[in-house]
Amino acid sequence: MIPEIGHFALTLALLLACVQVVLPLWGAARDRTAWMALGRPAAAGQALFVLVAFACLMWSFYANDFSVRYVVQHSNTALPWAYRLAAVWGGHEGSILLWLLILSGWTLAVALFSRHLEFGMLARILGIMGLISIGFLLFILFTSNPFDRLFPAALNGDDLNPQLQDPGLILHPPLLYMGYVGMAVPFGFAMAALLAGKLDAAWARWTRPWATVSWCFLTLGIALGSAWAYYELGWGGWWFWDPVENASLMPWLVGAALLHSLAVTEKRGTFKMWTVLLAIIAFSLSLLGTFLVRSGVLTSVHAFATDPKRGVFILLFLGIVVGGSLLLFALRAAQVGLGGRFATVSRESMLLGNNVLLMVAASAVLLGTLYPLLIDALGMGKLSVGPPYFNAVFVPLMAPALFLMGIGPIARWQRADAGGLARRLRWALAVSLAAALATPWLAGGWSAWTSFGYFLAFWIFASVAVNLGGRLAARPWREWWRVLRVQPGSYYGMLVAHVGMGVLVVGVTTVGSYEIERDVIMRPSETASAAGYVFRLDTISQRPGSNYIADRAVISVFRNEQRIAILTPERRIYTAAQSANPMTEASIDTGLTRDLYVALGDALEGGAWIVRIYVKPFVSWIWGGGILMALGGGLAVLDRRYRRRVAQADGCVAPVAAPPPPSYPDTGAAVPKRVETTA
Amino acid sequence: MRRAWGIAAGLVLACGLNLSLAAGREARPLAEDPALEARVMEIAEDLRCLVCQNETLAASHAGLAVDLRAQIRERLAAGEDRAQIIDFMVARYGDFILYRPPFQPNTWVLWVGPFVLLALALAIMARVIRQRREQGTGDEASFDEEAPS
Amino acid sequence: MKKQAWLPLLVFLVLVGFLAVGLRLDPRDLPSPLIDRPAPQFALPSVDAMDQVRDSGDLRGQVWLLNVWASWCVACRQEHGALMDFAAQESVPLYGLNYKDRHGDAVRWLRERGDPYVDSFFDGEGRVGIDFGVYGVPETFLIDREGRIRYKHAGPLTPELLRDTILPLIGALGA
Repeated sequence: MIPEIGHFALTLALLLACVQVVLPLWGAARDRTAWMALGRPAAAGQALFVLVAFACLMWSFYANDFSVRYVVQHSNTALPWAYRLAAVWGGHEGSILLWLLILSGWTLAVALFSRHLEFGMLARILGIMGLISIGFLLFILFTSNPFDRLFPAALNGDDLNPQLQDPGLILHPPLLYMGYVGMAVPFGFAMAALLAGKLDAAWARWTRPWATVSWCFLTLGIALGSAWAYYELGWGGWWFWDPVENASLMPWLVGAALLHSLAVTEKRGTFKMWTVLLAIIAFSLSLLGTFLVRSGVLTSVHAFATDPKRGVFILLFLGIVVGGSLLLFALRAAQVGLGGRFATVSRESMLLGNNVLLMVAASAVLLGTLYPLLIDALGMGKLSVGPPYFNAVFVPLMAPALFLMGIGPIARWQRADAGGLARRLRWALAVSLAAALATPWLAGGWSAWTSFGYFLAFWIFASVAVNLGGRLAARPWREWWRVLRVQPGSYYGMLVAHVGMGVLVVGVTTVGSYEIERDVIMRPSETASAAGYVFRLDTISQRPGSNYIADRAVISVFRNEQRIAILTPERRIYTAAQSANPMTEASIDTGLTRDLYVALGDALEGGAWIVRIYVKPFVSWIWGGGILMALGGGLAVLDRRYRRRVAQADGCVAPVAAPPPPSYPDTGAAVPKRVETTA
Repeated sequence: MRRAWGIAAGLVLACGLNLSLAAGREARPLAEDPALEARVMEIAEDLRCLVCQNETLAASHAGLAVDLRAQIRERLAAGEDRAQIIDFMVARYGDFILYRPPFQPNTWVLWVGPFVLLALALAIMARVIRQRREQGTGDEASFDEEAPS
Repeated sequence: MKKQAWLPLLVFLVLVGFLAVGLRLDPRDLPSPLIDRPAPQFALPSVDAMDQVRDSGDLRGQVWLLNVWASWCVACRQEHGALMDFAAQESVPLYGLNYKDRHGDAVRWLRERGDPYVDSFFDGEGRVGIDFGVYGVPETFLIDREGRIRYKHAGPLTPELLRDTILPLIGALGA
């Protein structure tokens, strides 16, 4: 009964989504307030029914309803309940339902938090987002129904893939999808602007927080995915340039470009057309990622079970949504207008440079990911494009962007003084160079690449210090606390996010240059040493888990004769799984300056075991950098200019449309003075 | 007295044993020749496992991967260099086994493309900047940044 | 400025075209680089009589099929019936390459299920398999009179494949 309720709820959601699309969009075109007003309730209703459907599926998993085919494929009575619930998105059908749930959630959020938006604009945004919902609802109902029944019902399920039985499954897909799907909001804003034929200051001001929050979630989702792969796969790698990883990196890069471009559009009214295009591209890449993972055109460790019918559907959907939006862009872009002027050396030109580099980097990742497919389709052979290519191409493209990160925030808008910039930054440059040369020396192994990495990281840190220091130095020290308190959230957000990037670069450079690996054969009481740490195998024994049997090693780690950690790597055989391949569970001692990582390999004769030992310096700085970047985004969104606006608009109830804020005139003459200046 | 010395000696011995608590017998490295193994892995990192197609030859546990790593090891030990071993693999499995695409006509676009794109984008950017600059300056006063200088 | 706005749409349509073609392709499928190249020379013991070494050069001058199989290979059982039928037709000789197997298991497997092969070569270590570019079992190679590989199929053979692809090729090679 419950699955049928879920199925029915989806049908109702589809009907409401149709209402959400047709009437508000039509109403916005004809300026009919009553129709536009239907957008909000329709969005709320759709979200409600999608939630009901999702809850039904979750219940089916929780209650072990093995008459539902999807539950049989991904669950088992022995599976712990937390994983039974997370298994809802462990396969294709459920994860698409999660996509839909999150989309309806974002739509509802836009509907609720947009009292200050012009009414027609809100109607258009909700209409566009509803269109995407319709696509996904049709996809689910016609090709990927999670509620399909299995008759006769199975006695037990096939169990969730052992590699997914991990806390990472509970967090990573939802966080990642929040980011992927969140890009639909700026997409909706962009389409609304094109449909209305105008793009004003309010548009930029209100698109920005939505884009930022999506980007934050995407950052966290990617960081978590990387960390999960690191500890789950057993040999300590954290990025493989796998097609699905690339599918998440591309919207992240374009999203970052979008954030910076929105800053210019909000502040100066420039780059409007380009910003709209970026918003379209960011979401298009999200959809493309969905296609790549589920269509079978690329081999990937993340790929879901594929079905050609699904691939065709998503491609059609992709073609309509992205093709339609790019068509609208081509037709309407000229109407949106240009913007202000700026000099060759100015913050605008720096941000433009940032955009160019990020977009070329994203294009390179796209090219590399799709190239095997392109060559195969053209009959020109069968190739692989892997990490050696991406590392060789991506790093040189991103390095200049990291360098610009130091200069851009200090440059003035519209016209910056190149000489002044150079003077302010010269000691930062000197410090960075010195640190870049010295650090590898101290760490015990100099190489050009290592130095280069450290240079970029220290450059970012030093220029952040120059930026902050400049604001403080303008005032006597007594006032410093006041100066710090007065800076807007977006300023600190920018600093923290940039520092986060620097932290990431430190992590990547250090672990890439100085990690140590030792593969040894150990018997109990034998030791192996690496980087000043001594690893001793104490015991190895068997222990049962809830749905597996594990061989468990206890390894003590000593430094300077002191025991500093006990690691317990395991080798598990999951009893219900189709393939009885053993799964390795690495054991990691995480630290600020190093990770001690041990994985258990095969057993050999005579009670000996293969043990893989890694010492990975500063690897946690990689995820730390990611978290800092997301934190920076969060700080930017909490900027008081958003909160003040909301407070002002409280009590302001549509349907009377608020007068639109002044547009930037197309002639680019004097632009209106703004009440608050933002960073 | 002798017993006291005996106990003392016993204590010293015990402390000595405690101090060397960490120092059990040294475990044997998995590879017989770690230096050779490092070179094997260096080459295997750039090759693709054909069975588990999303893993490198270095990381994969598949039977074929173990066999091919053994081939690399033997050939390195016999004095072959990296280029010869790569040729060996490509002759049997095609370019597909290489994670680093070779620079050849069907990969020119792949290798050169991003940098051509960069050059193009920079050229367009230069033109845009020139356009914007030539159309005169706006009103600076209303866009004064908090940042000094 | 206006014309440039059409560029993203154009690029996207080209991309969609490629993706559509891609839906029909199999990214895992690996064509052999040895097609139209000389088959690797090898000398291996015969499974029927391990003290006798058979040389692949002896097979020059005829068209023949080489089928890579193993007793541990599940998919090989799927194609076994088709192979037996093919052997019964007596069109060209069918030889087996017993890949990374144990001799006792191989002999038992043939005895229990039937032996469609004229003879099988015992490749215990899989080195000859590597020379042929074998990456999975079963695989089948068609070799011509001059000793060149003309066709390779990875995966179990089906009667349709034999009838529609391999037999016509054999005819074209003049066997």
